[in-house]
Amino acid sequence: MNNTMVKVEPGKQELFIYREFEAPRDLVFKTFTDPQLVSQWMTPCNMTLHIEQFDSVDGGAYRFTHTDPTGGKHSFRGVVHEVCPPERVIRTFEYLNLPERGHVLLDTLHFEALPGNRTRITIHSVFQSVGDRDGMVQAGMENGVKESYQLLDDLLANLSARNLAIPAR
Amino acid sequence: MQIRRDVFQAIADPIRRDIIGLVARQSMNLNSIAENFSVSRPAISQHIKLLSECGLVVIVRQGRERICQARLAPLLQVADWIEPFRQSWDRQFTALDQLLHRLQSDPSTSNKQPIKNNKKKRP
Repeated sequence: MNNTMVKVEPGKQELFIYREFEAPRDLVFKTFTDPQLVSQWMTPCNMTLHIEQFDSVDGGAYRFTHTDPTGGKHSFRGVVHEVCPPERVIRTFEYLNLPERGHVLLDTLHFEALPGNRTRITIHSVFQSVGDRDGMVQAGMENGVKESYQLLDDLLANLSARNLAIPAR
Repeated sequence: MQIRRDVFQAIADPIRRDIIGLVARQSMNLNSIAENFSVSRPAISQHIKLLSECGLVVIVRQGRERICQARLAPLLQVADWIEPFRQSWDRQFTALDQLLHRLQSDPSTSNKQPIKNNKKKRP
């Protein structure tokens, strides 16, 4: 099974996401750049996706909205700097529901062909500050996982009430 | 369709959280666990099976008995601040795995999906 790996080093303005797929590079590239295909997978936990614009060309732009189960909307937009099939996409990314505008990151997507018709992707995100990056990673919690934290807190409270320690990894 | 089996799935249900709390205190057999709940024994058995698949408990045979023991280390994954971010991507990429599989087995399916208001495909 292909595991998703992330590299988030302390104090840096960047992060990396790595993943391999059992499909040829041309096809994987299409699933990241064709809106009809993007709409079929880019939906975090319990969200619905509405793509308003998705022009995967040099100088193009995109805009989409995730709606969570409570009706909360999360909109994102960016401009596309370069689309170089089938190996690279460079684009900006901004979460429009932040309290203030101006927090934009630069994404570079690399698509690497592997033997056996497999593909490795690397997403390299560069942020304007360490705080922006850490905020984005923390926001991963909001994609439906926040609830898990609450559940864990409850469970840990329950366990600690019984004087039980969780063994280290 | 791939079924999620991870620590987040394990702790999503209140009965499963109670089972973890129970066997963390003391390893016990399935009947003893079931006695602590008002739901049916087969239901408890299903919860324990899922907990076992998620790595939160192990079933150890002692003679004719099957003893359930807690394994709490996976809970640390939830405490790791990067893990939810990674999970969020991993879930989307699992959906992408399925899409890529469909596209390779029947390429014509790719153009039948409407762009707008597309509901998520995962369970």
